[in-house]
Amino acid sequence: MSRSAPESPRPGGLRARLVVERPAFRLDVELDVAAGEVVALLGPNGAGKTTALRALAGLAALAGGSIELDGRPLHTLPPEHRPIGVVFQDYLLFPHLSALENVAFGPRCQGASRAEARRVAAALLERVGLAGHASAKPRQLSGGQAQRVALARALAVRPRLLLLDEPLAALDAHTRLETRSRLRRHLTDFEGATVLVTHDPLDAMVLADRLVVIENGAVVQQGTSAEVARHPRTDYVARLVGLNLYRGVADGPEVAVGGVVFSVTERLQGPVFVAFPPASVALYRSRPDGSPRNLWRGRIDGIERYGDNIRVHLDGPITVSADVTPAAVAELDLSPGQEIWAAVKATETHAYPA
Amino acid sequence: MFMRLVRRAVTAPAVVVLVLGAAACGSTGSASPAGADGTAPSPAGDGTLTVFAAASLTGAFTELGRTFEAADPGTSVRFNFGSSATLAQQIVAGAPADVFAAASPATMKTVTDASLASSPAVFARNRLQIAVPADNPAGIDELGDLADAKVKVALCAAQVPCGAAAVKALQAAGLTVTPVTLEQDVKATLTKVTLGEVDAALVYATDVLASGGEVRGIDFPEADKAINDYPIAALTGAPAGSPARRFVDLVLSPQGEDVLTAAGFQVP
Amino acid sequence: MSGRLPWLLLAPALAGMAFLVLPLAGLLVRAPWSTLPARLAEPQVLEALRLSLVTATIATLVCLLLGVPLAWLLARTAFPGRRLLRALITVPLVLPPVVGGVALLLVLGRRGLVGQWLDATFGVSLPFTTAGVVIAEAFVAMPFLVISVEGALRTGDPRFEEAAATLGASRWTVFRRVTLPLIAPGVLAGAVLCWARALGEFGATITFAGNFPGTTQTMPLAVYLALETEPEAAVVLSLVLLAVSVIILAGLRERWVSRI
Repeated sequence: MSRSAPESPRPGGLRARLVVERPAFRLDVELDVAAGEVVALLGPNGAGKTTALRALAGLAALAGGSIELDGRPLHTLPPEHRPIGVVFQDYLLFPHLSALENVAFGPRCQGASRAEARRVAAALLERVGLAGHASAKPRQLSGGQAQRVALARALAVRPRLLLLDEPLAALDAHTRLETRSRLRRHLTDFEGATVLVTHDPLDAMVLADRLVVIENGAVVQQGTSAEVARHPRTDYVARLVGLNLYRGVADGPEVAVGGVVFSVTERLQGPVFVAFPPASVALYRSRPDGSPRNLWRGRIDGIERYGDNIRVHLDGPITVSADVTPAAVAELDLSPGQEIWAAVKATETHAYPA
Repeated sequence: MFMRLVRRAVTAPAVVVLVLGAAACGSTGSASPAGADGTAPSPAGDGTLTVFAAASLTGAFTELGRTFEAADPGTSVRFNFGSSATLAQQIVAGAPADVFAAASPATMKTVTDASLASSPAVFARNRLQIAVPADNPAGIDELGDLADAKVKVALCAAQVPCGAAAVKALQAAGLTVTPVTLEQDVKATLTKVTLGEVDAALVYATDVLASGGEVRGIDFPEADKAINDYPIAALTGAPAGSPARRFVDLVLSPQGEDVLTAAGFQVP
Repeated sequence: MSGRLPWLLLAPALAGMAFLVLPLAGLLVRAPWSTLPARLAEPQVLEALRLSLVTATIATLVCLLLGVPLAWLLARTAFPGRRLLRALITVPLVLPPVVGGVALLLVLGRRGLVGQWLDATFGVSLPFTTAGVVIAEAFVAMPFLVISVEGALRTGDPRFEEAAATLGASRWTVFRRVTLPLIAPGVLAGAVLCWARALGEFGATITFAGNFPGTTQTMPLAVYLALETEPEAAVVLSLVLLAVSVIILAGLRERWVSRI
């Protein structure tokens, strides 16, 4: 498996190889984040994203590798001596302290006087728009407010590396939208390196400059969100970005995937990926006329609502998701177990080297 | 600390049966021959005889209990050993006792005043000794040594018989002793000596004897002024010839005297 | 609402309450109310009460000072033999207090393993001193505190401590500013249990520290000895001890409830 070429070394930022060993699990990832850059670690549950974040923070012990921040080794330091700020998944605001005291906690630990720490904290609360909630205890804050206090608390220690673990996961859909755009502004303003863990592709694409996809403890793909979305390299990424993805062998304009031959617009040789969106799949009760390319017969495995459309899961030589209109479902009288013909337009399929 | 030993004495060799019969007849003359009335009613019922006795009697009475059971296999003897005062209060509060043997007339009086027993008889006397650790670190030889401020002394609290006796003996000697502790009973006082926590204590000669070689007893003349009488009584309701009466008779018999003397008591 | 009370719970609850409260009622009924003021004015009573309150409070402080870090060690660190240690901590709970007192004598007594050395080196002898009372009470009461605090630590979320560490807090700062405030209710509950147990301590105290008015005679010891000769006085003393402890605990509770 190839990765996009590592970033060339820059003066500031994070360079890390994280090896963490757990019973029946091994994380081994390399991570380069330039100062000012936001990288999202994206991956399914249990992939090792949070473990990677904890390793960066010093909360999980490294079994190997190293962490370098702004040219200085970080992995030799205990968490309290790392110039990091962490926003935890459920924020972990200290329940016995007010919002202001929560934010002032870090500066106090760094040796600031009580007054100075409170001044810094007040300024940060102002910046996240919570100046009026300084004396509120965490349980009196809404989810979105708590998230902002957590961000202010993490920024208050003037970190060179900001770590965010699922910063939006605990929020409801409405709050999430607003909080996401606020968070994006703050991350843009932040001068250090940022690593963000999420399992939500939308969060990753909105917030991050670059995605690093982790599966089973290893990096499977990385690049800008556009690159990753266009050329998924694993089923997980493909599902995430809503594409059908297959591995096949190309011979010029044709790619053989299992028993199906696809015509593609690219001219390639050897192992390739073929990807196409579910909406580009058309379904027929009987074999349509014309080219046998891009055409196969499958069995309906499941039917479910998907937004305004219906998503039909097909089994057969290849498994595929097809999005069709409710009208089409009614017209074709689709039901699970039924045999059906599926076709996809050559112009909608993408092939790229595997 | 309500340390109570409730023991069920085991059956002893049958040899003693004859002795008991003779002893019982000899002491009061009122007891029936042993075994003839094995079914006589006892307040505790079930052929069980319950004896409440002062803790200092533990060794002697346990032995006498075995003797009694051997002579009268139909009756088993249960003991409740403890502080005489506590036992007296338990009896007044309705505890199912058949016989009460106290370490002082005062505690017996609690029971007789409540009309739960009458005409107690003194069956033993206990005199005080100075108990010192086997190596006698403070070099005590007489009561006067206890008044030395450098000597750590444990006494029984004045509320319990051995403490009252100690006060009497010290008064008789005209001594002022400042103890480091006033223990709740004689066994606790003795323990302080056994462990070497104090240099001396005033305890009963019987307790010194029971401690084996761990503690040395030193006699002193003033002890004669503080002799402790041990009264015993069958509790009200026990008819002549009942196990309760027969147990009292056994204690008062020459055989009882032998056992008590062997345990360090004096007999009247 | 009253018709909905589940009898399966309510009946044993009431029985349990009666079981706990009736002996107290017995004391109240039997109390010699007419002679009560005179008995309370006896200097020995006040002396024993003062000694009880002082020693129980100091013992509780000792338990807090040693017990909270011990609970932290048990809850937050891993070391070989930790399970065994946790089991050993409950020993004073299981041990009859008198045996505990004897054990203390064997270690801290004049001829004890450590006591011998204390005596020889510093001329310090703990038995028969007020310090001995505090030690006996702390020995018996400490498990209540340790178990309560360890429980609070275990149910608490250790990630708050991680969050504090990422903010630059040293382990001591984490403990002081995050761990301790978060387990405060558990610590307070443990301290109350500890204090109450120390206040009622009898067996280990009389065995290890002896019984001497003004120095080592606490209320329970006074009650026991009064029982030997004057049961009425014992009832009075018990009532005093009960009343004082109930008033103090209720007063403290008011404060916490209003504060938290």
